[in-house]
Amino acid sequence: MATVANEEEIQEALERIAEQLKPIVAGQTTAFIGLKSIGDVVAERLVTLLAEDDTATLLLGALDASLYRDDLSRFTTSPSLQGTEIDFDLDDAHVILVDDVLFTGRTVRAALDALTDYGRPKQIELAVLVDRGHRELPIQPNYVGISLETSREDNIKVSLGYGNEVESIELNAE
Amino acid sequence: MARKDLLDISSLTDEELMALLDNTVQMKDIFTRSVKKVPTLRGRTVLMLFYENSTRTSTSFEIAAKRLSADVTNFDIGSSSVKKGESIRETIETLEAMRCEYVVVRHPMAGFAKTLASMTGMSVINAGDGRHAHPTQALLDAHTVREAMNVTDLKGKRILIAGDIIHSRVARSTSTIFTRLGAEVAFMGPGSLLPKSEPFPQFTNYEDAMAWGPDVMYLLRVQMERQTAPLYPSNGEYHKLYGVTTERLREISDKGIFLMHPGPFNRGVEISDAAVCYERSLINTQVENGVAARMSVLYALKPEVASFHA
Repeated sequence: MATVANEEEIQEALERIAEQLKPIVAGQTTAFIGLKSIGDVVAERLVTLLAEDDTATLLLGALDASLYRDDLSRFTTSPSLQGTEIDFDLDDAHVILVDDVLFTGRTVRAALDALTDYGRPKQIELAVLVDRGHRELPIQPNYVGISLETSREDNIKVSLGYGNEVESIELNAE
Repeated sequence: MARKDLLDISSLTDEELMALLDNTVQMKDIFTRSVKKVPTLRGRTVLMLFYENSTRTSTSFEIAAKRLSADVTNFDIGSSSVKKGESIRETIETLEAMRCEYVVVRHPMAGFAKTLASMTGMSVINAGDGRHAHPTQALLDAHTVREAMNVTDLKGKRILIAGDIIHSRVARSTSTIFTRLGAEVAFMGPGSLLPKSEPFPQFTNYEDAMAWGPDVMYLLRVQMERQTAPLYPSNGEYHKLYGVTTERLREISDKGIFLMHPGPFNRGVEISDAAVCYERSLINTQVENGVAARMSVLYALKPEVASFHA
């Protein structure tokens, strides 16, 4: 087991992403949509970091893309549904899709399909806290907090929000 | 562990039961979107095998399957080879050859769904087998009560099931699920329609049942077609003794009791016109929730056929 990032380093990673986003959100309306679970916490933190800019209008939503996955038949039990909360119009919106870890890209693919059922955004970008590589689909993030070299078998555990008292990112935690 | 079939409520673990109910909430959310459909079961086929007619149940399953993007086919068994003496084994082979992943079955014989499930890798969903079970009705009922009362378990709630208890698989499945969720259940009806031995309180008198203090009154349909010899004097008499009459509705309303019914109801027998449109009647909500509960079931089950894992 190895710690990839502690609480402080997670905060720094979030600030790095926020820094890149500042010119994007200034004077605009931007919809941050976090992928459940944990992507929704990351999205919330980013919105908090960006909120000091009065010219930026920041919308926050959360998406559960489980029903759009292409690998449900491989699960022994279907994932429990967490619910989607998008209470604004997605038509012509500038969307920043947010997730905690980007791996194969299949969740993001599912999320893109799900978003299209809610509306037709003008643009969708992707922000992730950790990019661990090993894509199985042609999907790339626009904003990355931490780039991590991993092997395909590695397991990444992100403890963030959802009642976690100690926040951390760990590699092969048991 | 992966579950292939839904045959009854009793065989579900607590964890599975709660997952089915929790996912029902999210499935219902889909109805409020402009695109009322998700691609979850795209390319899968759901076969409706109804040996007994039930337009409501089969329509509800059909809408559920379609909202998950599955293809739905009705295997019109009434006019098919069953009448020409085809065995269940031959029927299954036919269905498997059509590469279906899910079979929704209703049959007058208790245990039929289980037999079918043991003979095939297709996921079998019991949509009612004789007097045995009707698990999706139970799930939608439990969801409806959880939603109406805004609670997750039903601890401390009292549910009175009224009517033809012995002929009813709904009474059996629904009382099981309510009890599993922590509610207290009691039965009310003419002595001839109450079971001989049940762990629940039983009332043959309306006033006694009301004194028990129910939070929900669950009316069953008086099933005239299932009775060979009449077990109560007349419909008018039943209405007078046990039905929700206009007068009784006042008391029900004052006490804030919810009314439920699995439908279709007999107006003027178990329920009066006024009671159908009573503000705390959950009858129409039950119908809407039926679709969501059945979506949750289809989502949870894992067929063991090659086409599913391909």
